Amino acid sequence: MFTTFYRIIKYGFQNFSRNYLVSIATILVLLLAVIVFEGLLIFGVVGQKAIDLVQDKIDISIDFRETVPEDEMLKLKSSLEGLSEVKMVEYISKDEALERFRERHPEDSDIARALEEIGDNPLRASLNIKAYNPKDYSAIAAYLNNESLSPIIEMISYNQNQLVIDRLAKIVDIGRQAGFLLTILLATVASIVSFNTILLAIYSSREEIGIMRLVGASNAFIRGPYIVIGAIYGFLAAAAGVIITIPFVYFVSPFVSVLIPEMNLWGYFIGNLFTILGYNLAFAVTIGVVSSFVVVKRYLKG
Amino acid sequence: MITFNNVSKKYGSNEVVKEASFKINPGEFVSLVGKSGAGKSTLIKMLIGEEKPSKGRVIFGQYEVNKLSNKELPELRRHMGVIFQDFRLLPKKTAYENVVFAMEVAGRPQKEIDEVTPQVLDLVGLATKKHNFIHELSGGERQRVAIARAMVNHPDVIIADEPTGNLDPINTWGIINLLMKINELGTTVILATHNKEIVNQLEKRVISMEDGKVIRDDEKGKYILV
Repeated sequence: MFTTFYRIIKYGFQNFSRNYLVSIATILVLLLAVIVFEGLLIFGVVGQKAIDLVQDKIDISIDFRETVPEDEMLKLKSSLEGLSEVKMVEYISKDEALERFRERHPEDSDIARALEEIGDNPLRASLNIKAYNPKDYSAIAAYLNNESLSPIIEMISYNQNQLVIDRLAKIVDIGRQAGFLLTILLATVASIVSFNTILLAIYSSREEIGIMRLVGASNAFIRGPYIVIGAIYGFLAAAAGVIITIPFVYFVSPFVSVLIPEMNLWGYFIGNLFTILGYNLAFAVTIGVVSSFVVVKRYLKG
Repeated sequence: MITFNNVSKKYGSNEVVKEASFKINPGEFVSLVGKSGAGKSTLIKMLIGEEKPSKGRVIFGQYEVNKLSNKELPELRRHMGVIFQDFRLLPKKTAYENVVFAMEVAGRPQKEIDEVTPQVLDLVGLATKKHNFIHELSGGERQRVAIARAMVNHPDVIIADEPTGNLDPINTWGIINLLMKINELGTTVILATHNKEIVNQLEKRVISMEDGKVIRDDEKGKYILV
């Protein structure tokens, strides 16, 4: 068993090196597929970050009426936290709202003077509500628009911004769907191109496969080396894919930061280098091995 | 050992082998003769399981070849050594590696492979060219590699389909002498050929085919075809 396994591995490496032109051509095509795949991975991360940022900007805030006691406000906060659609509820008291307002306008003397003239804190206590899914804001708004809550709620921001929120929610949704479809489409194209390249590489060996069968080689003994070669193709293409992408990401990263300031693409790439290599390996080696397996099967008849 | 029992083979409406029946005993040297298209190669293909008969049975030892599945064929073929006019050697391997490959697929241990391969290549006269790749060898040398590969696993039968078709007269007789030597050592040999001179000089059993039919089966026969 071990001897047969050793012989299969030996023939895999031998065929790989003796057909070096075919090997190089196949690896180059597989490399293109890996680069597309890796590009999709990175694009996915950048896209997700952009979508998260947009999503993070969406929220509903409610202002309480002046006379509402704090325990009632906190009661509403807890009831909102009990909703499955709600991700987070932040309570901002009157004092905290004033403090934040001052922090936002530290050098605006007109505002400071106006606040001094009023004497009292004119701001309202409020709740900031974030949903898991932007689509759910309408449901949360409906919950808050309940008649029983109108004595304590003065204003719901959703009612003013409904159009913008719904549009942003749609953009987030379409962005996710488009990203998913693009990933499926390009990954499928890359896989088909790689499969066909391996098909052509093995097609050139179909007579050899016939000869091996004639001298009594079992299907496993014939197929084994081709699967080893497929794995070698995949391994080298995956490694080359990462190496080629390093300078590209380094160059592109500052431009991404301009568009999405919170995104450090270079830091993400280096921090996840081995994970990306792992994904590349899983993608390329799977294509190499599965393609070889399927193609050789066609020639193992007769 | 080998039995063809009422075997026919059709490709579409074209019947290339018609109700062929004969037996070959262990240790025989049998020439299968006939013009091109007589059905010799098809008979051989059915014997090695490359083609299935449309009718009849092909028996080789314990195997009913026509009933073997694709997966069972390698086991059958390890009992046979096959030589073809176009050599069918692995082009990306050396002469030595071609012979070794046949032993490895049969699961022979490395020690035996290291011992036997040089001996067999020496026997066919290729001791000095064993590390040459196939494209570096002449036609006669390639056929010797094919013979070395065919005999290295001590098969029950050597099947040679027009083995001298691509060779000059000197190499032709070199190959025939090798096949005779293998037969003298006890291995059955089936030689498909349309070379009249060879068949007549061998003075062995001759099965003659014409238009897909076995028309003659003579002990110590001659090449007699109309």
